[in-house]
Amino acid sequence: MADNTNAQERVLMKGNEVLAEAAMRAGCRFFFGYPITPQTELAAYMAKKLPLIGGTFLQAESEIAAINMVYGAAAAGARVMTSSSSPGVSLKGEGVSYMAGADCPGVIVNVERGGPGLGGIQPSQSDYFQATRALGHGDFYMPVLAPSTVQEMADLIYLAFDLADEYRTPAMILADGMIGQMMEPVLLPPERDLSTLPAKPWATSGHANEREHNVVNSLYLSPDKLEETNFERFERYAEIQEKHQRQELMMCDDADIVVVAFGAASRVARTAVRDARAKGIKAGLLRPITLWPFPTKAIDQVVDGGATKFLSVELNMGQMVEDVRLAVNGRASVDFFGRTGGVLPTPEEVLAAIETLAAGESVAQSAAPGAVGSLLPHPQHRKSTYERGE
Amino acid sequence: MADFNHEMLCVLSGFGGQGLLFAGKIMANCGLIDGRQVSWMPSYGPEMRGGTANCSVSLSDDAIGTPFITKPTALIAMNQPSVEKFAASVQPGGAIVIDTTLAMNGAEGVQLADDVTVAAFKATEIAEAEGLKGLANIICLGKLWSLDNFCEREVVDAAISKCVPPKRQHLLEPNLRAFQLGIDA
Amino acid sequence: MAKPNLGPVTLPDYQQERIGSQIAEGETIKSARPHALTDAIFNYCPGCTHGIVNRLVAECIDELGIEGKTVGIAPVGCSVMMYDFMNCDMIEAAHGRAPAVATGVKRVHPNNVVFAYQGDGDLASIGTAETVHAATRGEHITVIFINNAIYGMTGGQMAPTSLPNQVTQTSPYGRDVSKVGYPVRIAEMVSTLDGVAYVERVTCDSRKHIMDAKKAIKKAFQNQIDGVGYSLVEVVSTCPTNWGMTPLDAFQWLRDNMLPYYPLGVYKDVVADGFANAAEAALERAKDCPIAQQGKEA
Repeated sequence: MADNTNAQERVLMKGNEVLAEAAMRAGCRFFFGYPITPQTELAAYMAKKLPLIGGTFLQAESEIAAINMVYGAAAAGARVMTSSSSPGVSLKGEGVSYMAGADCPGVIVNVERGGPGLGGIQPSQSDYFQATRALGHGDFYMPVLAPSTVQEMADLIYLAFDLADEYRTPAMILADGMIGQMMEPVLLPPERDLSTLPAKPWATSGHANEREHNVVNSLYLSPDKLEETNFERFERYAEIQEKHQRQELMMCDDADIVVVAFGAASRVARTAVRDARAKGIKAGLLRPITLWPFPTKAIDQVVDGGATKFLSVELNMGQMVEDVRLAVNGRASVDFFGRTGGVLPTPEEVLAAIETLAAGESVAQSAAPGAVGSLLPHPQHRKSTYERGE
Repeated sequence: MADFNHEMLCVLSGFGGQGLLFAGKIMANCGLIDGRQVSWMPSYGPEMRGGTANCSVSLSDDAIGTPFITKPTALIAMNQPSVEKFAASVQPGGAIVIDTTLAMNGAEGVQLADDVTVAAFKATEIAEAEGLKGLANIICLGKLWSLDNFCEREVVDAAISKCVPPKRQHLLEPNLRAFQLGIDA
Repeated sequence: MAKPNLGPVTLPDYQQERIGSQIAEGETIKSARPHALTDAIFNYCPGCTHGIVNRLVAECIDELGIEGKTVGIAPVGCSVMMYDFMNCDMIEAAHGRAPAVATGVKRVHPNNVVFAYQGDGDLASIGTAETVHAATRGEHITVIFINNAIYGMTGGQMAPTSLPNQVTQTSPYGRDVSKVGYPVRIAEMVSTLDGVAYVERVTCDSRKHIMDAKKAIKKAFQNQIDGVGYSLVEVVSTCPTNWGMTPLDAFQWLRDNMLPYYPLGVYKDVVADGFANAAEAALERAKDCPIAQQGKEA
């Protein structure tokens, strides 16, 4: 039998349920949401468990109402979260912008599915731009954490609550249908002692005639005042960027070709990189865990280590590849291979792309960097799931 | 001596309601009890509601890459479409269990890889004859275990006990019996 | 219009401390600035009743002694800056979302007194869903609804409550009901919902009506304190600036046109109907529905 020293503590759970369980252990006692596939297990788990520990689960009338309930509960000082999937997260954009503008901490989970529009319900990463750039109007970022295993679902949502409180910002878990639906063994994090959670003297919970009244607000009609709040917020963003870049490097030390992939795509890429090594290709995997802040320092490290080719593998039409290009900044070539709409690339397809790069050819329909053609896979890399026999 | 530590990439496929996701869960729990890396990935969405259902279970001693299995080392197929969809992709030396109660043609006409062992038998019929209606999935699992020892026998028994909910303990004995029937079939 | 005489008021202790020392012996206070208002000067237009209603809310908070546990939600609209005027904790909500924000606060701190203050575009157009659902959930909150039949802050567009044939910037030929439909009558609509304890429509065009409005607002807060259920007070209001009228003409137009369309009065009051709270009234209304009666004894 294999080593089972930790076997007693590990439990087998679905990714979505682990998000819920770990959130409660992190001290989250309030959940507001609206039903949508493929994140439903999370809400169902909360509905069952939260009332048993004195928490509140409330199914809102809409995604918009849900995020605004989160805003209210956050303003009142609670650890609070909501979860949804791509189309629902679009609706939450307004509320998240208000939370960012009013410096309210809270956690938003996006278990992504394919888009645009109603799209599909299979795993996708097509909300990378939305999460890291423009979830709502205005100048703001938020920490975006991308789990690639069920264990990371637990670890990262725990971290998300702490980052949110520490920096007074919304934070996002960007997962996908694959990690949400799958079961893996997980070591659950410890139960947080609620009395150790950070104090929130700014919260609107009634001044009890003991302090000046608090205002939670994002409106500043004076341009100078508004700019001042934006500058102050970006000072915090700068600190997050400095302190909280996270990534995993696999076989990157001597890698010539570095595959960059996160979440579900990184699972496929991991298999492909191992297969490439077995074929004698010096490939490595750089897996961003924080999508914002993007792990630019790790890119530097890999470039300095001698990597000459990057391949961004994503379940979309080329979004993170822009961050890879910005970080690489011309020091190496950057190619892209993606499948979209819920079609997952197979490890064989990613391996083929790595081999193509190793042979000095392009994996894209057109090689012009930055052109849309560079995002479309070469026809030989475009087999439908039907052609693949699925 | 069987190699209990080999990498196991199993697809379990059939109609919704045949209990393949549950059988996969038992297999995943075997890996859990053994302290191995495990993933259990279901198909999900509208197709679950009465259509085909399948899941992929990986047991490994290394971090598992994609949980969607494209080259299985083992397959349990409980209907004909599942045989057609997955049997040809089973790796050389792999094992296939087919319930021919519904998949009446077995692996006939499928181009199999070298050294693939096929066990085709009427699991659902056996289950009904033995008063174990609805447990053909476990019979198939027992058969697969006899072909491909993915863990020790006590581990399977422990996993089955773990997967039968406390409120349905009366189903424990029939599940264990079904597993043995599969081994003997 | 004569200056309303609001006094004498009973001052809470902390207010005695604040202004008591400034009063000479023998003087009585007829009208004082409520403690729940800050010293900021209202930025409302002449003849607009927002200022009156802001003050009424503050007076009720003072008289109920609840400033320390009150959290107010300001809307988007002319009263967007209400957080500058109130001395209780305040949250600025997105357009229409005040009831959802209030829900979040109230669920975290059930002992807080939470109110949403909203105009017609906010409450009855972009936030209709939030309004209806907070009400039907029976959230223990107090909603103050200012209905002046126009979008004021954006410069006078047609509101969900603009009257038939009313001319606005976006209904320059008058509101054509054959094309854009009819005004929403919120008090009537909300009063049909089971989660609701109390709905009254008031106005502020005279001393008597202002006193009635205050009584209604106070009751809406008292209901929350007593756990009776969701309460909404609709205040039929003026917008002289965007109606294009003098303040006096605006009040006359309100009496001539608004009040016949939006009749004043109590639309729902479960306590007056003999129930302890909205839940009891809802149970009685559904008395012929077996599943709705489950757990009645408990």
